[in-house]
Amino acid sequence: MFNTFKIALRNLTRYKRRTFLTASLITVGVVFVLVFIAVTGSFKHMMIGQITDSFVGHLQIHKKGYLASIDNLPLTLNLNPKALKKVEKAINETAGIEAWSKRIKFGGMFSNFVETTNIRLNGVNPEDEIKTVPLLFSRIKEGDKTIRKGEILVPELIAKGMKVKVGDMVVVIATNKDGSVNGKQFKIGGIVESATGPGGRDGYMHIKDAMDVLRMEKMAVSEIALRLSDFSALHDVHDKIKGSLSNELNKAGKPVFEVHTWEKLSPFFNIARMIDVMTFFIKIMLIAIVLVSIMNVMIMAVYERIREIGTIAAIGTMPGKILSMFLLEGFCLGVFGVLTGVILNSGVLYILNMMGLTFDFGRQKGLILSPTIDLSDVWVISAIVIVVSVVASLQPAYKASKMEPIDALRHV
Amino acid sequence: MSLVTAKDVSKTYLTGDIKIEALKGLSFEIEPASFVSFVGPSGSGKTTILNLIGCLDKPTGGILKVDDTDISHLKRRAAASFRGENIGFIFQDFNLLPVLTVFENVEYPLLMVQNVPSVERKKRVMDLLDAVGMIEQKDKYPDQISGGQKQRVAVARALVTEPKLILADEPTANLDHKTAFMVIDIMRKMKDESGTTFIFSTHDQKIVGEVEVIYVLEDGELADRQVKGDKGNV
Repeated sequence: MFNTFKIALRNLTRYKRRTFLTASLITVGVVFVLVFIAVTGSFKHMMIGQITDSFVGHLQIHKKGYLASIDNLPLTLNLNPKALKKVEKAINETAGIEAWSKRIKFGGMFSNFVETTNIRLNGVNPEDEIKTVPLLFSRIKEGDKTIRKGEILVPELIAKGMKVKVGDMVVVIATNKDGSVNGKQFKIGGIVESATGPGGRDGYMHIKDAMDVLRMEKMAVSEIALRLSDFSALHDVHDKIKGSLSNELNKAGKPVFEVHTWEKLSPFFNIARMIDVMTFFIKIMLIAIVLVSIMNVMIMAVYERIREIGTIAAIGTMPGKILSMFLLEGFCLGVFGVLTGVILNSGVLYILNMMGLTFDFGRQKGLILSPTIDLSDVWVISAIVIVVSVVASLQPAYKASKMEPIDALRHV
Repeated sequence: MSLVTAKDVSKTYLTGDIKIEALKGLSFEIEPASFVSFVGPSGSGKTTILNLIGCLDKPTGGILKVDDTDISHLKRRAAASFRGENIGFIFQDFNLLPVLTVFENVEYPLLMVQNVPSVERKKRVMDLLDAVGMIEQKDKYPDQISGGQKQRVAVARALVTEPKLILADEPTANLDHKTAFMVIDIMRKMKDESGTTFIFSTHDQKIVGEVEVIYVLEDGELADRQVKGDKGNV
């Protein structure tokens, strides 16, 4: 094999310019794909991190039917203390959950005593919430990075529209579960930056204050957000917790709870999927580039060396060995393209990281991308290129191995 | 026992609807360690008979045996294997592999066909390069040596596997007078030393003058068989 390999390498150096151009084409393709995967992958991971760590969490548990009515923020679909206990039990029995936070979500009226507007609010326990969505406090643009009783964190758009600032007094009015209306005065404790996605423009208050506004005697929460210790175990933990809660059925025999990953809760998941689809098509393009360029160069190589093929066949070289000679040429071209591509890609990524790629997403400005590539992606792309190189060489190599020596020797 | 036995060998080509009878019932025997040539005008069937003996082509009729093996019906792989073990080729255009050095060209059949161990391989290649006077040029590539030198390398390549039979199709056609004589002399010496049978197809009177047996072909038929120092019709 080593000798066949040596001859294949020598044959590649025979037409240096052609070999260089073909390998360069593969290199450019590899660099392009790896950089694309690195940039889009980093963007995807960054945005998923922003969404899950700012407000959504990794998983959420609701009463069955809540998600379908989430735009109305129905208090009638809150989890009562009995249901909450069952959920707490399931959470405690499931491994891999780092933190969890109970939320009372409701809609109300927000008044600065001059004007009134509607507002969506989350009543949370700040200690639990910050453990579950650690980027929440980094979204507080003005004011202390905490949620105190008697204070409210106002979304920046409402604060701007209603011309209120930290320290101002406002009134929140809400209709409770029974239909009666209640209002309570709050001091603005902070202005919270908007984030892209549902819940990204909600305000926050302490969960006890939410219970007061809603005249809730016993805590009935709208949702429980969960944070996992290992994000890659998302679907495993989801399945486990869903399995534990699936035994809880209502009188109609239907499940009492619903468990959702962030993917079901944020429209960004569709963008993430689009990125995956684009990456897939970019890989297809790379395959096409490698396939066409290697096949072209190998067809040329076979055509130009017909008499040589005749000679080596005449002196007794087995067809299989002739086949492997040409396959190895394609293989070597692919390996050369991949190696240079991976090295150049590292350089390009280093430069991009040095330059500091910034971008805006929704109302989030100046997000800094740090493109990195997983070793697994490098292996996958390398394997694709090398396998396609060999496959592209297969037809010309097969043709060479099947040549009748007498015909090949007559070739002019 | 004869090395090559042909009984009523014929070869017909079809070119479109036209049938061309390249060989018409040839019968002959070639003894081991002989220096033989097929001569005749162009189109007489010289190259065709060499291709048949070399298992590069199959006869359409008759029996053709080399070293007591009926090669008329050998399959592709079996023919390649038979060639690799028993037959060496010398071509008019030398047909050296341009990406290999002189040494590597001679080494090629031992390496890629017979899988001879490295130490023995090296010894056999060096001995042969020495014998054909090319040891000084062993690291040169074919485009760095002359036509005569190329043919000497080709002779060494053909002999390196120690074949029973070497087929040389017009081996001196592309060489000048002096070089042609030198190459013939080398081949003759090799034949004497190794006992390898050389079969030529040629127009070249220099070769004709050197061979022991001449088969004269005319229109695909054996017109005459001449033995050196003897002369008689077949």
